[in-house]
Amino acid sequence: MINYLPRYILTFVILVLVQVLLMNNVQLGGYLNPYIYVLFILSLPFETPKWGLLVLGFILGLTIDLFSHTVGMHTSACIFMAFLRPMVLRALEPRDGYEPETYPSVRDYGLGWYFRYSGILIIAHHLFLFYIEIFKLSDFFQTLSRALLSGAFSLVFILFIKVFIKK
Amino acid sequence: MQSLLRFLQRYHFTLLFILFEALAITLLIQNNNYQNTSFVRFTRNIKGRFYDQTVKIEQYLNLREKNRKLREENIQLRNFIARNLDTEVDTFKRVIDTVYNQQYYYIRATVLNNSIFRQHNYITLDKGRAAGVRPEMGVISSEGIVGVVRGVSENFSSVISLLNSELNVSAKLKNSGYYGSFSWTGRDYRYGKLQDIPLHVDVSKGDTVITSGYSAIFPEGIRVGFVEDIQEKGGRFLELTVELSTDFKKLNNVYIVKNLLKEEQKELENEFTAQ
Repeated sequence: MINYLPRYILTFVILVLVQVLLMNNVQLGGYLNPYIYVLFILSLPFETPKWGLLVLGFILGLTIDLFSHTVGMHTSACIFMAFLRPMVLRALEPRDGYEPETYPSVRDYGLGWYFRYSGILIIAHHLFLFYIEIFKLSDFFQTLSRALLSGAFSLVFILFIKVFIKK
Repeated sequence: MQSLLRFLQRYHFTLLFILFEALAITLLIQNNNYQNTSFVRFTRNIKGRFYDQTVKIEQYLNLREKNRKLREENIQLRNFIARNLDTEVDTFKRVIDTVYNQQYYYIRATVLNNSIFRQHNYITLDKGRAAGVRPEMGVISSEGIVGVVRGVSENFSSVISLLNSELNVSAKLKNSGYYGSFSWTGRDYRYGKLQDIPLHVDVSKGDTVITSGYSAIFPEGIRVGFVEDIQEKGGRFLELTVELSTDFKKLNNVYIVKNLLKEEQKELENEFTAQ
């Protein structure tokens, strides 16, 4: 894992920059924001310790928050997502388990598996994020539709990145 | 200790998650205006509801004490009524009550009919024989005298208004105490005249005219009106025009005056005139 540290740091920086400089300015249909930076948590190796996930989620969310003046919002959503990741992985585990030296990626486990894996986590992250942003339950269904649509867009973006850019 | 460690080992991830999430949400609430205000509003709401409930429970627990206090107050009020109001209904009690030596007793009445433009004006009141009203009783209002009861039925009474040229009332000047006969001028419902005041009496405009109490109909000191004009009449007496203090045009609540000692006074007076 030590060997991959520079690569993950680079991924982290690139994703944060893309998110902050590019995606934060994208407003599809007026109120749909894709959040692709969660790809960082999605692509962490299987062997990452659970506490490490939480710490990295915290750092990632806080970094995004600091750039978009929403301290705590993305942080809490990222931590939530990091918390769910091991459970989702266990639920989607193939019959013979995850191979060593493999990553949670399209290349190693196929598009269908990756779609389910990232879809669940992205939707969970977006739901958490949008509800903590609105911070009330009065516009429940409007917030729900916003979260689901934004989640779908983020998923499309992330699949696009996974399939065509990052091998 | 062992079980605590096992518990920590088993749930350390969840606990850590809760810790991180709490930290993140604390940051969120501290740094974001909107979330902060809604959080504060939310907690204030809960606090308010909590206090509401505790106050309700407190009130319930204090019911016994409150009940006791209300009962005590009730008893006090009942005693007050028994002392002060019940006795007034029973007139006989008052007559033999030598401590108070009450001479007048008032019956409250409402004006049902009233006229002011005729020469002989009468007023109808809603209290009659049943309420203890008898002919020759005085009628006053809070402003001044009104008239004298002429006839009564079971539930109504007819009153000779002060605005009736037949009625003469014994009245006096409040300052000097000189008395005379008061009657209506017969023209304006606002003015009457006080006759038989000696020429030498110092009267000025605005002096108060009150009842003398000599006729045993009205108590002494009930206001009649104020001196409006002074005229010499027949060389020996003054005739004072008096503005009535009672406004007959808006007369509504009046008091019928019952002189409890009237019979006694009359009897004594008759005894001497008969001699």
